[in-house]
Amino acid sequence: MSEVIGESTTTTAVQFSIYRYNPDKDEAPYMQEYTLNVPAGVDTMLLTALLRIKDEQDPTLSLRRSCREGVCGSDGMNVNGRNCLACITPLSSLAKRPIVVRPLPGLPVMRDLIVDMEPFFDQYKKVKPWLQNENPPAKEHLQSPQERELLDGLYECILCACCSSSCPSFWWNPDKFLGPAALLQAYRFLTDSRDKGRAERLKDLSDPYSVFRCRSIMNCVDVCPKGLNPTKAIGKIRKELLKEEI
Amino acid sequence: MVESVSSWSRNGLRDFLLQRLSAVVIAAYIVTLVFYFACHPALQYYDWESLYTASWMRIFSVLTLLSLIIHAWIGMWTVLTDYIKWILLRGLVQAVILLILSICFIWGIMILWSV
Repeated sequence: MSEVIGESTTTTAVQFSIYRYNPDKDEAPYMQEYTLNVPAGVDTMLLTALLRIKDEQDPTLSLRRSCREGVCGSDGMNVNGRNCLACITPLSSLAKRPIVVRPLPGLPVMRDLIVDMEPFFDQYKKVKPWLQNENPPAKEHLQSPQERELLDGLYECILCACCSSSCPSFWWNPDKFLGPAALLQAYRFLTDSRDKGRAERLKDLSDPYSVFRCRSIMNCVDVCPKGLNPTKAIGKIRKELLKEEI
Repeated sequence: MVESVSSWSRNGLRDFLLQRLSAVVIAAYIVTLVFYFACHPALQYYDWESLYTASWMRIFSVLTLLSLIIHAWIGMWTVLTDYIKWILLRGLVQAVILLILSICFIWGIMILWSV
């Protein structure tokens, strides 16, 4: 890093190496180097830096983003080998230079840092992420505070795909292993007192792939930007299956 | 739900439990043998013979051999379905491994019963 003294601000030069691929133009993906002067003493977020590169240096650089505050889950990417949300990742937390930015692994790249999320959402759909109840109450469906508490740590998932795309089991079998994000949601509905589809849900999860491809390496826990624990939820699904089948 | 004809039990939970149960049996067998060796530092042929002609040891050995076969197959099946995507090659490798494991099992039984 080198410091540049401007007229009124001090800036620091930060090097980036960014994955580029335009299927209409490029035969193969390549890494492109950029240098950006960021204000010293200000903890710039990675997304801000990437948008400045796009605005100031290269308008062809493509990435998804929306809320800029870690809520929408649009800007999941692989940074210095670790999946994260660019909007809540400060440059100061990235020790390695240049900062290597790649798309989420294990998902087809559409362009630059944009991946096709269809395989991820296909698995999400398989867990039927809605309440199953053929006889819902006429008015409100009440839950006790204890029943509601069981959903904590499960409902907060923003479906950014950081977890599933960091899971080798999902890389090898993206069509068969549901992946940590979908399994977290599977348990969220299994444990919901208002849901009555428990037996059917467990039956759908009992094959050798959907749940049991998880080897508990906990990459998902390590990268979850919301601090959730899909591995624990997967363990609880296994326990529910055990209770159901034994 | 994903159907699979070549997994041991075609059920994820059963495979998961069998793999762990078989690991416990194998571990118990190893501990038993280590304990036996510790209690018999100057092991002679007759000690071996009396150990392996005992009914409990024969049953325990066959059970361990069966556990080893089940454990190996579930593990190999998982590895093969992860890494070999070409279905013909995967089927061929699975058949070869199944053949080797079957030979090991039958051969092991023959050895145990020949003592």
